[in-house]
Amino acid sequence: MLESLTLGEALAGIERGDFSADEVTAALDARIDSLDPHLNAYVHRAPAGAGAAAGIAPAGGPLCGLPFTLKDNMNLRGTPTGCASRILASYESPYDCTAAARLLAAGGRYLGKTNMDEFGMGSSNEYSAHGPVRNPWDLARAPGGSSGGAAAAVAADLALFALGSDTGGSIRQPAALCGVVGAKPTYGRVSRYGLVAFASSLDQIGPLAKDVADAARVLELIMGPDPRDATSLDAPVPRLLAAARKSARGLRVGLPEGLAVLGLDDAVAAAWEAAAAALAAQGAERVAVSLPRLRHATAAYYLLATAEASSNLARYDGVRYGLRAAGAADLDALYRRSRAEGFGPEVRRRIMLGTFALSRGYYEEYYLRAQKLRTLLARDFDQAWERCDCLLLPTTPGPAFRLGERLDDPLAMYLGDVFTLPVNLAGLPAVSVPTAVHAGLPLGMQVVGRPLDEVTVFRAAAALERAFPFRETRRRAVAAALDAGDAP
Amino acid sequence: MSARGANEGAAPRGANGGPAGWEAVIGLEIHAQLRTRSKAFCGCEVRFGGEANTRCCPVCLGLPGALPVLNRRAVELALRVGLALGCRVVERSVMARKNYFYPDLPKGYQITQYEAPLCEGGEVPFLLDGEERRLRLTRIHLEEDAGKSLHAGGETRVDLNRAGVPLIEIVTEPELASPAAAHAFLVALRRLLVWLAVCDGNMEEGSLRCDANVSLRLAGETGLGVKTELKNLNSFRGVEQALAFEIDRQERRLAAGEPVAPETRLWDAARREARPMRGKETVQDYRYFPEPDLPPLAVDAAWREAVRAGLPELPDARRRRLQAEHGLTVDEAELLTADRDLADYYEAAAAGGDGALAAHWVAGEILRLRKETGGFPVPPAVLGGLLARVGEGAVSHTAAKAVLERLAAEGGEPDAWIARLGLARLDDAAVLAGIVDGVLAAHPAELARYRGGRTKLFRFFVGRVMQETGGRADPRLVDRLLRERLDG
Repeated sequence: MLESLTLGEALAGIERGDFSADEVTAALDARIDSLDPHLNAYVHRAPAGAGAAAGIAPAGGPLCGLPFTLKDNMNLRGTPTGCASRILASYESPYDCTAAARLLAAGGRYLGKTNMDEFGMGSSNEYSAHGPVRNPWDLARAPGGSSGGAAAAVAADLALFALGSDTGGSIRQPAALCGVVGAKPTYGRVSRYGLVAFASSLDQIGPLAKDVADAARVLELIMGPDPRDATSLDAPVPRLLAAARKSARGLRVGLPEGLAVLGLDDAVAAAWEAAAAALAAQGAERVAVSLPRLRHATAAYYLLATAEASSNLARYDGVRYGLRAAGAADLDALYRRSRAEGFGPEVRRRIMLGTFALSRGYYEEYYLRAQKLRTLLARDFDQAWERCDCLLLPTTPGPAFRLGERLDDPLAMYLGDVFTLPVNLAGLPAVSVPTAVHAGLPLGMQVVGRPLDEVTVFRAAAALERAFPFRETRRRAVAAALDAGDAP
Repeated sequence: MSARGANEGAAPRGANGGPAGWEAVIGLEIHAQLRTRSKAFCGCEVRFGGEANTRCCPVCLGLPGALPVLNRRAVELALRVGLALGCRVVERSVMARKNYFYPDLPKGYQITQYEAPLCEGGEVPFLLDGEERRLRLTRIHLEEDAGKSLHAGGETRVDLNRAGVPLIEIVTEPELASPAAAHAFLVALRRLLVWLAVCDGNMEEGSLRCDANVSLRLAGETGLGVKTELKNLNSFRGVEQALAFEIDRQERRLAAGEPVAPETRLWDAARREARPMRGKETVQDYRYFPEPDLPPLAVDAAWREAVRAGLPELPDARRRRLQAEHGLTVDEAELLTADRDLADYYEAAAAGGDGALAAHWVAGEILRLRKETGGFPVPPAVLGGLLARVGEGAVSHTAAKAVLERLAAEGGEPDAWIARLGLARLDDAAVLAGIVDGVLAAHPAELARYRGGRTKLFRFFVGRVMQETGGRADPRLVDRLLRERLDG
């Protein structure tokens, strides 16, 4: 069962000589062949037999030739980078994104690109030109988004680990809804060079993995300053794997008050309490903290993210690359029709919202006010850090929802990100860890830390993982769902 | 603004110098391409011409996922200008996005500065009719150039070699009163930019571009009238002509009681008229917002002062110093400080000698040679040596010009050429007396007429003597010898 190994186990097995990286890749390839038709997690796959034999995967390096996946918004030379959008359906990358280049340099091997919400805009992976991804715990449910393909692939052992991107929760939310670990580092820790921008001031790349240690391994490989990204931080890479082995004893864990008003399932509330209790049982201290501006975060986020997106997506105009509408009579028609045909409904909605927020006469009222709220929210977090070392809060207000359930209610979809997007607004590091199962569906808790303090975040996340071993639960649930879904 | 005919005639002169009471208020916006080796946000080479789209990369092509990194050299060059003109340098200026769609704008936005420009205030000294003037600046900011659209045969093609080339935009206060003043200002500004090695000043290649705005008001008023903007001004002469045309047009309208429309007009140099720009009726909303891909541009005191310390003596100061040290007129000194090479040449040639004589020669012969050869074929010290001989009276001006030609064409030393050409001044009274006597003997008719009162013929005899001596005769000696014989 090489496909079900964690990255840590695979590395150990290769070192012992039990099996090779190519055998692991072959096992994953076979499983993708048989199961991905049910999940729709992949939108591109490396050609079969590529790898060490084809000379593109160095055998050595910390990843020993083991495979990784990229989200469809990450450039890798010679692969399609479509952002799950019709407008980039024919687009092939002429260059590598820094994070992917670092994995390749570390001896990683490209396995494929995973499905997503178009340009990262969505929380269900339903807004994809490739169709929705299904949740491997229940094929009738959404995997979350926008890194839905990555989360589903890792949860169903269709990937060893995956890179995702997180603008308002796009790594952590699908990780929580699929029962895997998802990590979003401090804004600026991982270069965004080559990551197709959704909202530049919020986007971060991070890993989705089978356990906290794997996430730590991957993050260590991709973090660090990049001269090609002016927003990348010039800070030394912390030792996260070592942090994940440390005890939570003495950690002051902040529990934000008043989350119930923001909408919280009873089951999620119970899981949160259980997680807090588990950390306390390992010697952590519970501290009540207040984040009064949390309730304004959603509004601020959707103004700022859409404003930036409206500008970031202006380049898809049918002139230089990507989809160009046929038969346009003039330039204006070419723009209008290419963009109308190329973008899906959610992307169009957000471009219009963001354009509005930046327009003359509304800029102060919307964009600037949202920026002020962002500053105030960051101050709330700063005050919390005076009392605690990290925060514990649910990743999502509820478990995975049914496909189609929120498609006609964008507001409900947006409100589902209420616990993740404040973290992006403040640029903080966070890890989501699966800790509970409710009605057959996983629930995740996230640990949020001070800027650049991934070490504490991973320490607490690992403690949660020790308290709630999840691997066997996930394996059984996914196997059952895929059987029920008429899978082999 | 509407015409207020009742006040007409309150002032003695009209805007273009006519009899009405209107005065013009002119402001300029100058775009200067910075002389960096690479573009503003990527490493692509900056060079004019060449095959289209060969100096581009993912960043300046605006490919999905590419990110800008600000060229520090571009900031330094902009700072040179700001510090030379006495601007306030903003410690944390902000890069911004100016959003609009155009095929030669690959990202769908231009990276520029909006609310917090790099430099504020400052002023440009210039001469108008030999009088010292100053024009205040509003701001200087950094931005990137767009590509070029090439319209031909019903097709539009885009060349992105220029996309991302760094520019500064210099915005003046609307405080120029005449087209001639605008022209004089631009000449001084261009000189300064070239002097600072910040811009090559080449208008044909578009390295320096100027837009103008102009409004009229009744003399004595302090408010501003409705302005029009003038674009497509491809030369300083074009700026002057377009302003004169537009002032005349506005004046006629206002005099007739018709309002001036706030619009953009394109100057047609061939037809000598400015016509309203089509399709610009609606005011563009550029939806400026801070560029999230670039952190604020921080210029600390150390960097600022290092740039300041590297500034050369500025043309204005140098002109005044040349006037003071060498007793030159304003016009002479202005001409000799037209550029740094010329001023350097002049000072080296004049060193230790007669500054006024050197000024005469550099402004005449040396500028002519520079025009013919594109350089300075005679080293300044060599010219200085030649002028020393002229000053001593060892060679005549005419002879010195002949020597200069040889020096320019074949090099060598002045004394060697003077000897070789036999051009040393003939000041042996005995020899010269013989020649004078010969001339008088050869022209008995003229001699008779002279003695009969036609004293103007004195010049005739001088000319004959000079001809006989190949211009080498000492003119004062010739004068004395002739007078002795004619008038004695």
